[in-house]
Amino acid sequence: MSALLAADLPYWVQSLLRVLGGVVAVLLPAGAIVYLFLFKMMSFMQSRLGPMEAGPYGSMQLFAEVGKWLQKEDITPERADRVIFKIAPLVVLASTFLLVAVVPFGPDAWFTNFEAGVFYMLAVSSVSVLGILIAGWSSANKYSLLGGLRAAGQLIAYELPMVLAVIGVIIQAGTMNLQGIVLAQNTGEIFGWNGLGNPYILTQFTGFIIFMIAVQAELTQTPFDMPIAESELVSGYMTEYSGFRFLTFFIAEFATAGVFSFIASVLFLGGWGVPFAWFGWTDIDSVDNWMNVVGPLIMFGKMMLLSFVIMWVRFSYPRFREDQLQRFAWKVLVPISLVNIMVTAILKVAL
Amino acid sequence: MPKIPGLLKGLGVTLNTLKRTALDGANTVQYPHEKEAPPLRARGVIALHEDNCTSCMLCVRSCPDWCIYIEGHKELAPPRRAGGKPRQVNKLDRFDIDYALCMYCGICVEVCPFDALFWSPEYEYSEPNLADLLHDKVKLGEWMATVPEAPAYEVGAEKKGKK
Repeated sequence: MSALLAADLPYWVQSLLRVLGGVVAVLLPAGAIVYLFLFKMMSFMQSRLGPMEAGPYGSMQLFAEVGKWLQKEDITPERADRVIFKIAPLVVLASTFLLVAVVPFGPDAWFTNFEAGVFYMLAVSSVSVLGILIAGWSSANKYSLLGGLRAAGQLIAYELPMVLAVIGVIIQAGTMNLQGIVLAQNTGEIFGWNGLGNPYILTQFTGFIIFMIAVQAELTQTPFDMPIAESELVSGYMTEYSGFRFLTFFIAEFATAGVFSFIASVLFLGGWGVPFAWFGWTDIDSVDNWMNVVGPLIMFGKMMLLSFVIMWVRFSYPRFREDQLQRFAWKVLVPISLVNIMVTAILKVAL
Repeated sequence: MPKIPGLLKGLGVTLNTLKRTALDGANTVQYPHEKEAPPLRARGVIALHEDNCTSCMLCVRSCPDWCIYIEGHKELAPPRRAGGKPRQVNKLDRFDIDYALCMYCGICVEVCPFDALFWSPEYEYSEPNLADLLHDKVKLGEWMATVPEAPAYEVGAEKKGKK
């Protein structure tokens, strides 16, 4: 997008377009995930219909919910650390927006084509931990504090397997640029056959599974929802938030689910591309311009597929205990991903 | 056949329910649009058959929540046979049930010796104002129209009761 427009548009127009694109890329997946999966799929999995009154099949329910939250009083606890309390949800949401900045949606449809994209992505995704931690601390509430502590412990524990799982992909692609990883997958070939490209889910299947488990934990979705744990901690670090600030947390949770699905589809499923051999493309410059329209749609499809899996797991499994959760990260995921890195590196050199 | 891991089985359960709900419909009823038929002997609201009531106060005294209020007076009614003595009958002035207090135990219905109280399956009588849940004898009498016929006895049940 911006590369196409760079020639003839002034800087401020480009910036405006990028902001708009970013808002769409964050809010559209969040809305789709909340309505399709959280409202409808969860209801159907529990043999009920979910919201049916607002619009046909309850399709306007999202607007009703947002309207309801906007009406609510914005309460700050008396003993809370007011400034930090109010900043916290914005920090969490900001990390989502920073994440989407490196995701490529097409050959020219990207926000920033950052050379160390994977590195940046992994660094920025941990900013949300800060938001959650200060939300828990500043609320002046035992439940919030415990939730914040649990969240910090869990997110740091699962950050590591996530980083290690991605290293396998980086080794195989030979670049940290997300656009480069997409290219490497779509121009790749499986034993000389290039009809499918070489999506890294085939070679890095272990990495993919570990990455998705770590994403599940980063999003504090159900098997790993110890920080929220509504049956023991009310709502964890979100307990004291109401109205618009709660809405911000809520949007951030599901927007991050969407953005992580985007990133997982870039890293493991071939991203926006189709196998370049289908149309006789050889490199990024020979890709036709219509991919800038089709690419985002492909990305959206893959994002919905991965979010479906995330939500499906969320609705099916009970919660991990805190010690099981930590043991699983440090004693299972980290060793497996280390072995995965070693095997990938050896094969990369040997082949 | 190798054992399917429980984790995958769990995912299968939710997916099957999803499929079943999408194809055959949900187990739930979309309440204001369609209504479930209440089961036999459903306890919705208590109806009063005023002519049978003798204001004996048994229901009032047996009520655990003290939610029934009765006031009455004695009246002389014409004799049944010509030349007889005028009969003394009890007339109801007030028969109120406060459904804000009632816990639907049904003891009043059980204890009534003259078949003046009945269960009706109607349940849609919520009120925006709490005080309006106090149903007077006119309103309680209107519920009589909704009382279903008593279900037939089971085979042999009548004999057993009579000894």
